[in-house]
Amino acid sequence: MVKEMATDKLNAKNINVFYGQAHVIKDVSMSMEANSVTAFIGPSGCGKSTFLRCINRMNDYIDGFRMTGKMLIDGQDIYKKKVEVEALRKDVGMVFQKPNPFPKSIYENVIYGLRIQGINNKSVLDETVERSLRQAAIWDEVKDDLNKSALSLSGGQQQRICIARTLAVEPSIILMDEPASALDPISTAKIEELIHELKSKYTIIIVTHNMQQAGRVSDKVAFFYIGELIEYSETKELFINPKEELTQNYITGRFG
Amino acid sequence: MSKRFDINRTKDKLFRYFGVACTIFGLVMLAIFLISVLIEGLPRIDWGFFTSLPSRKPENAGILIPLLGTTWIMVLTSLIAIPFGVASGIYLEEYGKKNRLATIIEINITNLAGVPSIIYGLLALEVFVRLFGLGKSLLAGSLTLALLILPIIIVATREAIRAVPKTIREASYALGATKWQTTWHQVLPASSGGIVTGVILAISRAIGETAPLIVIGAMLYTTTIPTSPMDDFAILPIQIFNWLSRPQHGFIINATAAIIVLLAITFILNGIAIYLRNRWQKKVKW
Repeated sequence: MVKEMATDKLNAKNINVFYGQAHVIKDVSMSMEANSVTAFIGPSGCGKSTFLRCINRMNDYIDGFRMTGKMLIDGQDIYKKKVEVEALRKDVGMVFQKPNPFPKSIYENVIYGLRIQGINNKSVLDETVERSLRQAAIWDEVKDDLNKSALSLSGGQQQRICIARTLAVEPSIILMDEPASALDPISTAKIEELIHELKSKYTIIIVTHNMQQAGRVSDKVAFFYIGELIEYSETKELFINPKEELTQNYITGRFG
Repeated sequence: MSKRFDINRTKDKLFRYFGVACTIFGLVMLAIFLISVLIEGLPRIDWGFFTSLPSRKPENAGILIPLLGTTWIMVLTSLIAIPFGVASGIYLEEYGKKNRLATIIEINITNLAGVPSIIYGLLALEVFVRLFGLGKSLLAGSLTLALLILPIIIVATREAIRAVPKTIREASYALGATKWQTTWHQVLPASSGGIVTGVILAISRAIGETAPLIVIGAMLYTTTIPTSPMDDFAILPIQIFNWLSRPQHGFIINATAAIIVLLAITFILNGIAIYLRNRWQKKVKW
């Protein structure tokens, strides 16, 4: 048992989440291997985003939020008192639904995570900017105007800047909350391609409304429904041969 | 059917004429006031008017002391009110929990902004002048006005901060920033235009205030130039009040000239506020 835990990157045990009186995540347990892509699917309001945001403790600031259960990353409970939430979020990066670059230059956007750690060494920063932008597959498009405002870029480019910004602080897990839902198909394809490439170095969890996208990018899929984890298995398995009727109905579009 | 349309259209027209008439009435009154003040006071304004001490002869009297008093008050009030107001706004918006206590505080702050200023004067007389023993000093006056404009600054700060999208804060937190780092690096720069605008408007209100400072004992007549926050002081509105109550026509003219100076200061401050607001609106687009 202990040995098994050690090989998992992430291990959620009996997670329950409440917002005030509302019970929004009901006894969810699941584990994820390192360097895998896991997709969370399910209808709106099923709790998949809430669960995702438990992994980097982004729900902490929401009034009335309460969680029980254990969330282990590399075997460490991230909700323990001694855990520094800032350090945790550096290790568990997050990309949001709507591209949200800071109203600053591309360069400053990418190094923000380093600046707040007090890193001001110019060569370190320059290196990080190039490495991160290359990893996010946007270096060639922006290398000549790093001082331009990130807000002047297109939505798809902004989203890749946000990914670069996340990569700059060298996380081990990247959470993506519908990262392509606000983007056009070409930009979406670029983001998906990027996910494939990033998989070799990072553990990725992606929330998506798009089942084709889940099918294309993920190794495993978790189907949530009204706060419960209904089914969690290999992507192919879940789409071709779902065990639960609810899953079957959802992926064939009978509701959603 | 068509008759009803006609009636409705007539009503519509009537209301439009009514609205236009109201607007014109307001503007005309303001214009009459401004023009009469300018005609009477403008010729009186010369360099000597700014540099002269008070005098029994209207043509020798100047506004040096009240102008310095108003400047002192403006600076001291800003130094006191801005840090407290902005910090309170930040706390209430970014740190405070949104519970019942927060709602009560919020309602009370909004109410405080509407309390008649003379009440602040009475409070200040008891607390600053007597209890703290500050006397009729510039410091006591500035503390009074700071108290008066604190709610305005807090409300303006909160509104400016609230206009910063949540997604920006989340992006910052998600990169490992603390609350303070997020506030300092993201929220404050993005809301500074709104905060500065609110602060300037609050100060331009403060320099026109008369009642609370009369209550705490600002001077109707003084010949000493204020050099420290503990000095006695006179201010422009009280000087105007003083001159207007004199029988000689020369002092009435002095008063109108002083009104022009006071108006100019408030116009300039409001102008800066509008300029900053426009620039800020253009710069930040989410």
